[in-house]
Amino acid sequence: MLGGVFDSRNHAMQTLVRIFVGFTIGTLLGGSVELRAADAIDFSRDISPILSKKCFQCHGPDEGHRKGDLRLDKPDALDGPFADHDGYQAIVPGNLEKSDLWYRVTTDDEDDLMPPEKSNLAALTDNEKALIKQWIEEGGKYDTFWAFIPPARRDLPVVDSERWGQSAIDRFIMDRLIREGLTPNPRADRRTLIRRLSLDLTGLPPTREEIQAFLEDTSDTAYEDLVDRLLGSPRYGEHMAKYWLDLVRFADTNGLHHDHYRDMSPYREWVIRAFNENLGYDDFSSYQIAGDLYESPSTDQLVASGFNRLHLVIDVGTALPEESYTRNVMDRVTAFGTAFMGLSVQCASCHDHKFDPVTMKDFYQLFAFFNNFDGEPETGGRNGLDFKRGLQKPYIELPSPQQSAQLEAYDQEIQSVESKIKDREETLAQAAEKTEQANEDGKPKKQTDPDIETWKKELDRLKKERDEVQMAVPAALVMKEREEIRPAYMLKRGNYDQLGDVVQRDTPGFLPPMKSGAEHKTRRDLARWVVDPSNPLTARVAVNRFWQQCFGIGLVKTSEDFGAQGERPSHAGLLDYLAMQFIESGWDIKQLMRTIVLSETYRQSSVITPGKRAKDPENRLLARGARFRMDSEMIRDHVLMVSGLLNLEIGGKSVKPPQPAKLWEIVAMPYSYPRVYEPDQGKKAYRRSVYTFWKRALPPPQMSIFDAPTREACIARRERTNTPLQALLMMNEPEYFRAAAATARQLLSRNGLSDQERIQVAYESITSRQPGSRTTETLKQALDGFRQLYAQDNESASTLIAHYVGDGVEDVQVGELAAWTMLTHSLFNLDIVKTRQ
Amino acid sequence: MNPLNPLSSLHPVHQLETLQTRRRFLKFSAMGLGAAVFGSMPVKGSGLTTVRGTHFTPKAKRVIFLFMAGAPSQLDLFDYKPDLHKQFNQPLPKSVSMGQRVTAMTKGRDQIVAPSMFSFSPRGRNGVYMSELLPHLSNVVDDLCIIKSTHTDAINHDPAKTMFCTGSQIPGKASMGSWLSYGLGSMNKNLPDFMVLNSAFWTGGTGNVQALYSRLWGSGFLPSKHQGVSLQPEGDPVLFLSNPNGVNREGRRKMLDLVTQLNQQHLEELGDPEIQTTIAQQEMAFRMQASVPELTDLSGEPDHILDLYGPEVKKSGSFARNCLLARRMIERDVRFVQLFHRGWDHHVGLPKKIRGQAFDVDQPCAALISDLKNRGLLDETLIVFGGEFGRTTFGQGNIQRDNYGRDHHPRCFTTWMAGGGIKGGMTYGQTDDFSYNIVENPVHVNDFNATVLNQLGIDHQKLTFPFLGLEQRLTGVTGAKVVKDIIA
Repeated sequence: MLGGVFDSRNHAMQTLVRIFVGFTIGTLLGGSVELRAADAIDFSRDISPILSKKCFQCHGPDEGHRKGDLRLDKPDALDGPFADHDGYQAIVPGNLEKSDLWYRVTTDDEDDLMPPEKSNLAALTDNEKALIKQWIEEGGKYDTFWAFIPPARRDLPVVDSERWGQSAIDRFIMDRLIREGLTPNPRADRRTLIRRLSLDLTGLPPTREEIQAFLEDTSDTAYEDLVDRLLGSPRYGEHMAKYWLDLVRFADTNGLHHDHYRDMSPYREWVIRAFNENLGYDDFSSYQIAGDLYESPSTDQLVASGFNRLHLVIDVGTALPEESYTRNVMDRVTAFGTAFMGLSVQCASCHDHKFDPVTMKDFYQLFAFFNNFDGEPETGGRNGLDFKRGLQKPYIELPSPQQSAQLEAYDQEIQSVESKIKDREETLAQAAEKTEQANEDGKPKKQTDPDIETWKKELDRLKKERDEVQMAVPAALVMKEREEIRPAYMLKRGNYDQLGDVVQRDTPGFLPPMKSGAEHKTRRDLARWVVDPSNPLTARVAVNRFWQQCFGIGLVKTSEDFGAQGERPSHAGLLDYLAMQFIESGWDIKQLMRTIVLSETYRQSSVITPGKRAKDPENRLLARGARFRMDSEMIRDHVLMVSGLLNLEIGGKSVKPPQPAKLWEIVAMPYSYPRVYEPDQGKKAYRRSVYTFWKRALPPPQMSIFDAPTREACIARRERTNTPLQALLMMNEPEYFRAAAATARQLLSRNGLSDQERIQVAYESITSRQPGSRTTETLKQALDGFRQLYAQDNESASTLIAHYVGDGVEDVQVGELAAWTMLTHSLFNLDIVKTRQ
Repeated sequence: MNPLNPLSSLHPVHQLETLQTRRRFLKFSAMGLGAAVFGSMPVKGSGLTTVRGTHFTPKAKRVIFLFMAGAPSQLDLFDYKPDLHKQFNQPLPKSVSMGQRVTAMTKGRDQIVAPSMFSFSPRGRNGVYMSELLPHLSNVVDDLCIIKSTHTDAINHDPAKTMFCTGSQIPGKASMGSWLSYGLGSMNKNLPDFMVLNSAFWTGGTGNVQALYSRLWGSGFLPSKHQGVSLQPEGDPVLFLSNPNGVNREGRRKMLDLVTQLNQQHLEELGDPEIQTTIAQQEMAFRMQASVPELTDLSGEPDHILDLYGPEVKKSGSFARNCLLARRMIERDVRFVQLFHRGWDHHVGLPKKIRGQAFDVDQPCAALISDLKNRGLLDETLIVFGGEFGRTTFGQGNIQRDNYGRDHHPRCFTTWMAGGGIKGGMTYGQTDDFSYNIVENPVHVNDFNATVLNQLGIDHQKLTFPFLGLEQRLTGVTGAKVVKDIIA
């Protein structure tokens, strides 16, 4: 039967108000989709957010700032909501009149009203009051916060919808759509689908040939086959890695003070490979948290443990080392909390968390796991090969076999020259001794030996050459424990020099306990705890981020915060279902991605009708396909790919595609290394953007203008803005314009095509769509306009060609090529090109 | 683009309020209270703590923040300590230093007092003492409110600059200008709300110069359209402003006409209003291609104005030129202009270096004040001046009467404000005889920032944004306060 909502509820009278509240507020505020009419109160969904937002600042978990000896976060506490407070009780189940809380939030007495004026919190809204009222009337029951109890296996919703998909995803989505009175969009057309899939799974658009093949594939499995092909592409790992690198704040500089160079590229390479080889998310996480603590750790495990080295580092001589050390540990714990737990644990570094049950003790117990780093807290001086290579101990060398052989050869040569010198010096010394005896004035004559001079020069040359080889050898910063465990303390107000009680390594008390019984628990134990199926957060947090990649917004919108202040899931049942499936599949990321993109939910057209937009502006209910602006990397890679300039080499050190001059100099210090941006030339300038050199003090503008983060902090979701600076970038970035010229040149090199045919090829290459006759006509007219322009202004045409094409263009072709460049460049500037739909 | 526009939800909330009010009315009637009480009940907002727009009548509309990166010495510029010369080469009394933290550079070293070698004299109608290094600013001292008791939490440059500019030492928070852009919106349809001008060179201290970071004018967790747009001293003043070579304005127009036409078609087909935004932003970009060159073209500035700012104004990237550009931005209603001038980190050889720095900034700052005043713009434009912290009374390096250096000192430093509804011709706050501790009216950098917001009609506690589970604000969570005593 239809799972309609109104036929199964009995609170008709009571909930009249709430129906009104639910629909108007819920839809208009967009973000509040979890508010729903006509259900019984769900504490997590309806009440907990209100208490958290309006009460916990003074009546929450933070003991230090608690007022009036009342806490509302813990029902069974001695000073809790049901305790007697001088004859008052905050909540008397079922009795509104006697519940002091109700009086406090509704009274007109300014002295009694909560939250008080001076808290700067707004009074409860009417719908919040309506919810509180109903909650108290229904008995004022508390539940454990939804994200802190393990996902429950739930029955799939029964939906009568043979018209639509029967996958679990589709049933959960449809169940809600029916209740909200919405119907899904039809499937998107095949061109849209292959473009969407290619962008979501590889970050690159499909080629015309790939589109053609998909259109012609009439088999039932055409779509699945396409998905599998894309999941198998090496481009998949590069694309997936991009999101992860934001999350762990991967960058090529230290981020503080001089903002010197740091080479973490082997870590990036490992992340890409892990995604491509579909390493389970459990191992993927464990290697990063504690790869160094495996028994005889593999190279991959050690490289992955570099996760713990991605924090900002200050250079020596400015801050106090103890302070830097503490700061690093905090940064590490923060990253761990955001990436694996989806919680802002760092809030508890100075005081108990205001909103989540994370106590200071919880924080410093986690801190203790990361407090035993065996290395310097600050970067060393600016001398030596390590500094030039962007390395800081501990690290491991990762030479290729060829590099190993070269280095060994140099070592042997160096050794042999050194011993020659040593032998000769000894011989000379003996000779000198004899001469000395014979010498009456007692002063040894300084002997010079031409051979030694030559050998020493040779030695210098060999060492220099060896250094050059060494410079090119990849090396990975790794995590390493000190032999003796460094004690950890609570730090008062988070200050490094104000030690409180000693704390032992442990996980937060409100989450399932660790299984390890060892006296000294290790990061390895912590990693096991993270990926234990009973951990309520790990799988949910991960699944939500992968979902976010495919729909532009997570089931939990605040993908960085699953705590009380984060948003509730739009589809809690679906999130739990996917999380459990994920764990049961062996944390199989590709399978999860496959499941998501095979759903009918994913395959819907993204066309927006005014009605659907009004009802669900943010598309949280998914009655239509997602449409959102692509990330900066995808935009750049798209332009390069279409123009044939993209260099698809995998891995290696970061590269420096051209950027406007002097950007670094204006922020760098005189001895910052590097200080001057020296753009790479040739093919290196056209690598995928995931390999672009990331200076934290000033990230590449092509990326940051399109909302890429600075990589100073862990970011689980990027902003998606639409600004004039982005428009300028698309209009004028020289490399993007060069790509347009390259595209135009390819078009013109196809012999025997009419204007219309060329327009069709260009339009299809850039948008993956076919231009209708109206579009073709519009483009044809514009082309003629550009031709006219350059016919009248031949000099501009020559200037354009000289700058963006170079030599080898016949004079008669100059105006034509300029006109076509303008045409293709116009296409690059279309909204549908920077948008995945 | 921000879905959380509280204003858009007022209508239904209002309806609800009416409904709810009726119920309250019944309740109150039952309790014997009359309708009079109900009639005077305050109507609360939409339920979100964030209130964008002004919270009360603003004194100022715009701000210029002159950031002195590297931290100028308050002892040599503003904080006159006439008796300190008697302490020359004497150890700083422990009763003054009180074992407070120092940097890694001077940890464990003797703390020997280094008095300023510069002379001070009373200036203006209230006889405010000013250093000889600042002759031009001394002439406009009646417009200045000099705050001698500013203090901050951080002792090193990077965190301290981040602290002053974003309210937190930890990177990732939104900068002041982006908060204003977010909170107050735009006054100008052709230029960004928040523009940044970095000096390309400076006269003193070219050796040990501190870095800047784009986070200082970044938007942090706020949408990036609120971030500062940094004007480049060379090449395009705004990145990617110029058309590609061989594309003129006519070609650009044709290209945009085509793009708009196709975007329109796609808008009809797909129905996504975001396409409309793209069209609008492309048009704004086109307008900026005209408005920014117009802004940076100084050819229409008469000689007497150029002379006012001093000889350096002719050099691209100079602080003087940036001050003049700031005035032009203010005239065009850019909300927040921030200048960064580096070169103040004088650990050694301070007297020589600070002369150069003072030469860079003294005349242009004074010119900016009088230029705006003459145009009737100073009243509604707040100018603020400050570095990330102050410098120690004890010296660094070989201490002589006329040559010394100073280390970082977060415990007290001097800033000033002018215009924008701030009292002129006064000093605020006092430090002890060593300019080491504050003895009267401390002003934390968060208080300073709260005061700036206050002048713009913003209650700093109400301008918030939810991120990482907190209602984030520029002034942090520890309770900043507006410095009411300096408000006119």
